[in-house]
Amino acid sequence: MGDGGELAAEKHVRYIVTVEKRKDSFESLVMEHIRLNGAYWGLTTLDLLHKLRAVEADEVIEWIMSCYHPESGGFGGNVGHDAHVLYTLSAVQVLCLFDRLDALDVDKVADYIAGLQNEDGSFSGDIWGEVDTRFSYIAICTLSLLHRLEKINVQKAVDYIVSCKNLDGGFGAMPGGESHAGQIFCCVGALAITGSLHHIDRDLLGWWLCERQCKEGGLNGRPEKLADVCYSWWVLSSLIMIDRVHWIDKDKLAKFILNCQDKENGGISDRPDNAVDIYHTYFGVAGLSLMEYPGVKPMDPAYALPLDVVNRIFLRKEH
Amino acid sequence: MHGRPRRPDKPEDAAAAEAKAAKLRDLQAQVLHNHHSRTYTKEALGLSFKLLEINPEAYTAWNYRKLAFQHNIGELSEPEAIKSAIDDELRVVEVALRQNPKSYGAWYHRKWLLNQKLAPVDFKREFGLLDKLLKVDARNFHGWNYRRFLARFMGVPEEEELKYTIDKISDNFSNYSAWHNRSILLSNLLIKQSKGFESKQKIFSEEFELVTQALFTDPSDQSGWFYHLWLLAQTSSPENPQLIASWPSNGSNLSLSSLSSICCYSLKEGILPIVLYFNEPVKGLSSSSVSLNSDLVVSKNIQWRPLSVTDSGHSNCWVTYLEVSNLECNSLQQFSVEVSITNSDEIVSRSGSNYNCPVHFSFTFELSNNDSTAKDIDPIHELISWDFSEPLLSHVNPSCICFEQLKITTSLVHKESNWHLERLSDEIDLFRELHDDNSKFAKLTLARLLLACAAIKSRGSSLVERKGYCEESLGLFNDLIDLDPSHKRYYEDERSLVLMDQLTCDMEAFKKYCSVKALPKLAPLNHVQLCRLSLTRIGFAERLLWVQMLDLSHNNLRSIEGLEALQQLVCLNLGNNQISSFTALEPLTKIISLKVLDLSCNEIGTHPIDTTRYICPSPFSHRVEACEAFEECRKKNINVEEFWDAILFFKHVNLVQLCLEGNAVTNKENLRTLVVTLNPSLKWFDGKFVH
Ligand SMILES: [Zn+2]
Repeated sequence: MGDGGELAAEKHVRYIVTVEKRKDSFESLVMEHIRLNGAYWGLTTLDLLHKLRAVEADEVIEWIMSCYHPESGGFGGNVGHDAHVLYTLSAVQVLCLFDRLDALDVDKVADYIAGLQNEDGSFSGDIWGEVDTRFSYIAICTLSLLHRLEKINVQKAVDYIVSCKNLDGGFGAMPGGESHAGQIFCCVGALAITGSLHHIDRDLLGWWLCERQCKEGGLNGRPEKLADVCYSWWVLSSLIMIDRVHWIDKDKLAKFILNCQDKENGGISDRPDNAVDIYHTYFGVAGLSLMEYPGVKPMDPAYALPLDVVNRIFLRKEH
Repeated sequence: MHGRPRRPDKPEDAAAAEAKAAKLRDLQAQVLHNHHSRTYTKEALGLSFKLLEINPEAYTAWNYRKLAFQHNIGELSEPEAIKSAIDDELRVVEVALRQNPKSYGAWYHRKWLLNQKLAPVDFKREFGLLDKLLKVDARNFHGWNYRRFLARFMGVPEEEELKYTIDKISDNFSNYSAWHNRSILLSNLLIKQSKGFESKQKIFSEEFELVTQALFTDPSDQSGWFYHLWLLAQTSSPENPQLIASWPSNGSNLSLSSLSSICCYSLKEGILPIVLYFNEPVKGLSSSSVSLNSDLVVSKNIQWRPLSVTDSGHSNCWVTYLEVSNLECNSLQQFSVEVSITNSDEIVSRSGSNYNCPVHFSFTFELSNNDSTAKDIDPIHELISWDFSEPLLSHVNPSCICFEQLKITTSLVHKESNWHLERLSDEIDLFRELHDDNSKFAKLTLARLLLACAAIKSRGSSLVERKGYCEESLGLFNDLIDLDPSHKRYYEDERSLVLMDQLTCDMEAFKKYCSVKALPKLAPLNHVQLCRLSLTRIGFAERLLWVQMLDLSHNNLRSIEGLEALQQLVCLNLGNNQISSFTALEPLTKIISLKVLDLSCNEIGTHPIDTTRYICPSPFSHRVEACEAFEECRKKNINVEEFWDAILFFKHVNLVQLCLEGNAVTNKENLRTLVVTLNPSLKWFDGKFVH
């Protein structure tokens, strides 16, 4: 294993660009239904590495729009798959990367999301009614990026998230659900976007989150679990939003992530010497971005997009 | 993908992999085809079963099965046939969970089925499935979520579920999921006051014993420590909110320039702030919950505002600004103000308990139309130097400056404190025994216990009693910094609060840091100098409400949250600290009297990631509407996307002197234009005269 050395940015770019060509493998087929998520992971990583131009924007947008369901206003995870908020957010995020929100019927998409809010303020993921704080984040993030937050009852949405807060300061998927770093990101992110971070005990949650750092430097998602590259993102972004990111050892974490690189063929894996995938490649690079790694664009911790993209969306003059 | 080893593809595997892939490809295509053509035959359903067996995450296949189930069930009337259709679905879920016990789609399919309520649920089968799954992985949170769902669905009493958590904890102490569920169930039972759960004291004493047993078994396991922290918070948090400080303090006499009274510079602008500081965040201060009586005509619409960066409904610190500018007075005239808070249902803490410690205080202030000398002179017209000050006592009687305000808390001791103190003392004794162990959790817990004890002991009596506890916990935090260097800065932040506590809790010791700053033709400024103390953040601001000039230079401050309470602050030195963004300075935008700010040698502009971007108001968090200052800056060709944080900061302060040198941001073009445009009264910038 040894020293992970530096970020093999070139290799990772090549890996991401060629993942497309391997889409007939069993591994890719198992992930086929979330290809739109994959597009967001890959393309955001390219942008963070200043290589978004390595792909043909028009082709990407055309494919994204082929996952759109005009009757409902939602996106499926791939062509022919049902609409769900999970993929609708990814579609909106990718369009933001390319500054092409004009490709959307913004009100139709926003109505789709807003229509999934329940009486108690929570959100369903699709018409089948599964409720989860992940979907609260997705709804709030998507609507905010579309400048349509007024279409939902924000107060109720916030109250529901707060009802999922636990005694350790973290958040679960539903009231009573155990705290989990991914779920915490969703709840902290939703509260950040709605200007409601005062509902969080930042010292209490910050300590729980910084204790996710394991001896080897990586972060886990819950107490007494193994470190995994993907938690670099969930934990770091949450810590940044509540201004407690200095409570972890960034050098050790950066080393852990760099140790998970496949330096030969590109890509990053969950743990050292495991098989790489696009998901962990994205979370690894995004984690390094949040730690101000040289050569990687800074990321916005709440919207999970490069900072310049988010600043453009909210500060550009014509808005 | 998790836990798959990285290895090159072997050629002999390639053929097998290709066959496997081809099968999956066909299945996915056929299921999607059946879905789109609404084909719900037995054969078609069988294909979706096969697909979900291989790939339980294929969500559209679950949707397809739900549609098919709804379609087919409509044609069935025999209860047996309905039951068999449901059984089919339950079996698909079980097979899928065997492939992936964490499949969201599979778990939800089962919940959805139960919620259809088409047939009686076989709870033995459901709990049996859960037992099997939680035996394989006792931390599977899908399983625990489903268990909570089932318990609610069939009305299992919470007491029963509480017993289940004990079973799981006895199997293995290291089961955070079980401890978590226990905390949820216990809170509910205590709130409901269920039979056997009427006494918080009894329950928490038993819980302390239970968790301590676990902690002593394996001090390196995290699970129990978080539970212990929760118990500690439950035991040490105040039962009811209390007012612990105010500005002006009781009996004080304010004026703009008189040497015999307390100088209040904002009177010059016709504004008199009144600050109330509580021991925990509260909401509900209004003209009806706080009564203000005065011989001057006070507007009926007194607005109390929370003073906190996050601007929530709850805050420790509240302020109202009395307008006194339109008062008619010919010669020197004295006005008095009385503030009282009685028992109030309106003022409530986060935990929902209401204010029940009546307080009353009064103060006077002087105004004069003839005070023209004072009105014309800008108190900080001359460049402020930070190195000159005179010792306290040389000009002013110290009793009228500061410590008097603390008397508000006297004689307010809670009955419950005894039990809390006993419980905490027992725990402290226990952990003093354990802490030789070099267990970081034991040391940290001991430090937290000591501080909780200090807080309870000094409630209603003298603050000096805290000192011993502070000193012992400072030692522990110093140990922890060595013992667990990865979390060094967490311990430093905690230590910083204790340091501030220790410095300010003992009046005699604190005097060493206090002095007065004489300014030409004006009353002296109350000056506090807390330099070179390794402070990283601010605590106990309620003891500094009277400070007008504060020198915090040469520390490691990265946050100044808390300073917003210092409504008398005129001059602030933050030079040589670690402030890394303008958004971190947000607290200063709430201090209307602030005129002089030294920010030299900080890290503003060094870091691309801004850690207070979402704590301060901004367009990204929808707490700032379209801002005129943005337009104004655009006209001067200032890039708003780059400078939004500086624009929002300088728009909300009104400085006369500013020092920014030694920050990376000063290398950026346009920053000077921005500052001067938004702060037209600025006279000194980086030590040089502006204009
Ligand atoms: Zn992972």
